[in-house]
Amino acid sequence: MSSDKRLQELAVNESGFVFDPHTGLTYTANETARYVVEQLKSGESIENIVSGINEEFDTDGRDVYRHLLEFIHNLEEQGLTSAEAPVE
Amino acid sequence: MNKSDVVIGVTGLNATDNPGPGISVIRSLRLDPEFKGKIVGLSYDALDPGNFSDYADSVYLIPYPSEGEDALKNRLKYIIEQTGMQICIPTLDSELPAFNAISDSMENAGCKMFLPTKDQYEMRSKTKLPELGVLAEIKVPVQRVIASINDVFSLHEQFTFPLVIKGVFYGAEICHSVEDASIAYNKMAAKWGVPIIVQQFITGTEFDVVAVGDGKGGLVGAVPMKKMHITDKGKGWSGIVVQGDELMEMTIKFMKATNWQGPCELEILRTASGEHFLLEINPRFPAWTYLSAGAGVNLPMAVAQLASGSECDAMPDPVAGTMFVRISLDQITHVDNFQHIVSSGECHRRESE
Repeated sequence: MSSDKRLQELAVNESGFVFDPHTGLTYTANETARYVVEQLKSGESIENIVSGINEEFDTDGRDVYRHLLEFIHNLEEQGLTSAEAPVE
Repeated sequence: MNKSDVVIGVTGLNATDNPGPGISVIRSLRLDPEFKGKIVGLSYDALDPGNFSDYADSVYLIPYPSEGEDALKNRLKYIIEQTGMQICIPTLDSELPAFNAISDSMENAGCKMFLPTKDQYEMRSKTKLPELGVLAEIKVPVQRVIASINDVFSLHEQFTFPLVIKGVFYGAEICHSVEDASIAYNKMAAKWGVPIIVQQFITGTEFDVVAVGDGKGGLVGAVPMKKMHITDKGKGWSGIVVQGDELMEMTIKFMKATNWQGPCELEILRTASGEHFLLEINPRFPAWTYLSAGAGVNLPMAVAQLASGSECDAMPDPVAGTMFVRISLDQITHVDNFQHIVSSGECHRRESE
């Protein structure tokens, strides 16, 4: 199964509990991680997600970008996304 | 099959820390809202925990397979006469050959089963996994069957360590060296006899699928599950239903290649690169079968219906995320119940209440 399909099929509830029906694994996401997963599922670009985080959570852009790439790398390691991080 | 008055017998009431599937099968049958029939528990030991549960309306002791087919046939004939048992669902590996051998006699007495045939039972044997892999076009681990301790010392020519030493009926140990392998060989051979199966160890995540085949190459229904907690005996104590397209595809291939009839459990390994290997086929319902009914796919009821010659209910897709979490309970009973089973070999719970 493709990683993009797996991302789409992730079940994420309001409290940030994430269930991957492909593997049976469960994860706990904080508010920001849940926001990122939902944005990725919607197909948003990384730039737009960074902007969205800055607006939603009142944070600094550069740190957000770095942390976001790290988080996406974690998702890739779990086979949950193949989203390629754009070169800065 | 009339669900309101059918009488169904179920074996495997040994609901211990290495549980038989019987209670799980009975609970599945009772979960069907239309089921108003009776359940006859068929038990091998007076202290099998399922004998003292409320799930069976009556319980009868039956002879161990080692006592021979005639003893089993005569006992079941008596039980069928006493209870009107119309359908029987055997759930233990070791009893299947005996039940298969007496199926005609049971049917003549009025009781039907829906079991894998003798050939199918042989085909899924652990020792024949490579042949099954070729037949069904399913990947299986590299495997060798050995019958002498001397063979252990040449395993490095065919395998890389770690490898898995498996007993012919039960048990598996991961071995990292020739020394480990020779200890495991002796342990398995002492407990289960020879031959011993040697399998290449493959790293990955294990999934299990409970499924029912229609006996004509078709899949009646299936539920894939990932164990979430495993006991020190290697038994799943909790698990979760997953969506597994590849797992279902492998199950369909298995059914098609074997024309499997009745229930089974497939043990499948998924590697990090997404390859799937069939590790083992168990020719009966697993102990976690109740999860299938909980996920909306009542496979035991389907088997009962197919055994009776009826069409089974439509099988929906299982609800991914449905979990089971097993529990240990102390049942309270009275010595009268135990005495009935010990002295007469039967106990009638509903009538005595």
